[in-house]
Amino acid sequence: MGDKVGVEVSIAAAEAVALCDADVVAAYPITPQTHIVEHLSELVADGKLDAEFVPVESEHSAMSVCCGSAAAGARTFTATAAQGLALMGEIVYIASSMRLPMVMLVANRALSAPLSIWNDHSDTMMMRDSGWIQIFSSNGQDVYDHVFHGFRVAEDPEVSLPVMISMDGFILTHVIEPIEFWTKKMAEEYLPPFQPLHRLHPDKVVTMGAFGMPEIYAEQKMAHDQALINSKPLITKAWDDLAKLTGRHYSAVERYKTEGAETLIVAMGSVSETASLAVDQMRDKGRKVGLINLRLWRPFPGDEIREALRGAKDVVVLDRSVSVGGANAPVTSEIRAIMYHEASRPKIHCMIAGIGGRDVAPENVSEMVDMALTNTDSEYLMYGVRS
Amino acid sequence: MSKPMEEIGWKEVEPGGIITEPGNASSYHTGAWRSARPVYHEEKCIRCQRCFIMCPDAAISPDFEKNLMVWNFDYCKGCGICSYECPVDAIDMVEEV
Repeated sequence: MGDKVGVEVSIAAAEAVALCDADVVAAYPITPQTHIVEHLSELVADGKLDAEFVPVESEHSAMSVCCGSAAAGARTFTATAAQGLALMGEIVYIASSMRLPMVMLVANRALSAPLSIWNDHSDTMMMRDSGWIQIFSSNGQDVYDHVFHGFRVAEDPEVSLPVMISMDGFILTHVIEPIEFWTKKMAEEYLPPFQPLHRLHPDKVVTMGAFGMPEIYAEQKMAHDQALINSKPLITKAWDDLAKLTGRHYSAVERYKTEGAETLIVAMGSVSETASLAVDQMRDKGRKVGLINLRLWRPFPGDEIREALRGAKDVVVLDRSVSVGGANAPVTSEIRAIMYHEASRPKIHCMIAGIGGRDVAPENVSEMVDMALTNTDSEYLMYGVRS
Repeated sequence: MSKPMEEIGWKEVEPGGIITEPGNASSYHTGAWRSARPVYHEEKCIRCQRCFIMCPDAAISPDFEKNLMVWNFDYCKGCGICSYECPVDAIDMVEEV
């Protein structure tokens, strides 16, 4: 095991990319992702990382470079946030449907308008149907470990899909946390050399990104859908191997104090740590409350969620984005959908909170649980919004 | 992919829609799209080969031994560019029935 040091999470994430020996980094700076790519640029300029750093003119170009680089068989990294993710959107879908492995850190930030640089999950949720593997991190160590995990999963020939790692903007990107670093030896042991399924090479000519006629498009989509669904056991295997190496255990659906819980909070990203403090406080008062941290968002871990929610009377989902004009909010919507066919199902409450950087403290989480349990007629509630 | 496209199942497609067989577009006969057919009048033709140059596919070629132009109707989509470009009106477009 490497050293445990206090370091800004963005810097640690960049160091993890360097330890993975990325070949190509193509990124455009955008708040709050900036420190990640700034530090990678320094590492390349200082000769500490032997990679091609491509300072592109836009995020659309960043993702286009990443597609070309992954197609050529290079280990590929990028990072972005909010408007940047929106601008690269066209190519985000192309990367996954062409089954091109790469890792992208998304420093979660609210989408404009109003213009905001602050945190929520509206950017990642915009890409929920893009066919990427999507993983949420609760703290700095999660982010650091998941860079290695991301490359390992993405480049697994059985998976061959891009991986999007979500880290909450500012709440994680800009804070200094104690992070246990990996050694070069650990990285090499965990992450084999990248052997792509196909690569652009004159020795064996292939066509990538070809036209798909109506006779074949549906079959390609089904194959992509199944590849993403079938990546789940390999994502879990990579977590198990990571646990053997580091002692830290990650899983698709993580439980905290759920034994005998009548009410379960479902949270994603850094707010799950806040919610764990709220659970501690509520448990101290004798309330039967537990927490589910949803780490894996795509492929959606439906079976694990059904198993985790079984027996609960109420489920309070903390959604960090708004599906404007929709039935409720993205996370609640899918959890309600997969619970629909259960013979006995909990009441599933939707609480939208922490939008555009509005702080969520443990007391707020406790209050949201109380509000959800008393306002049972609402499809969703937007917590803290003034009337 | 030696199988016809409409017989390939989702488990058989190449990951990411990659084409591993170079030039396999030739197995797809785009001539089936044609709604109008070029009719060549050999006696009017001055062998300038403008139709051969202008064809956006490669459906027209000169046959030097027989001294005439030849159409490959597997790939001729009936766009009519050859007829439009012909300086001596040696190509008529006739509706396919």
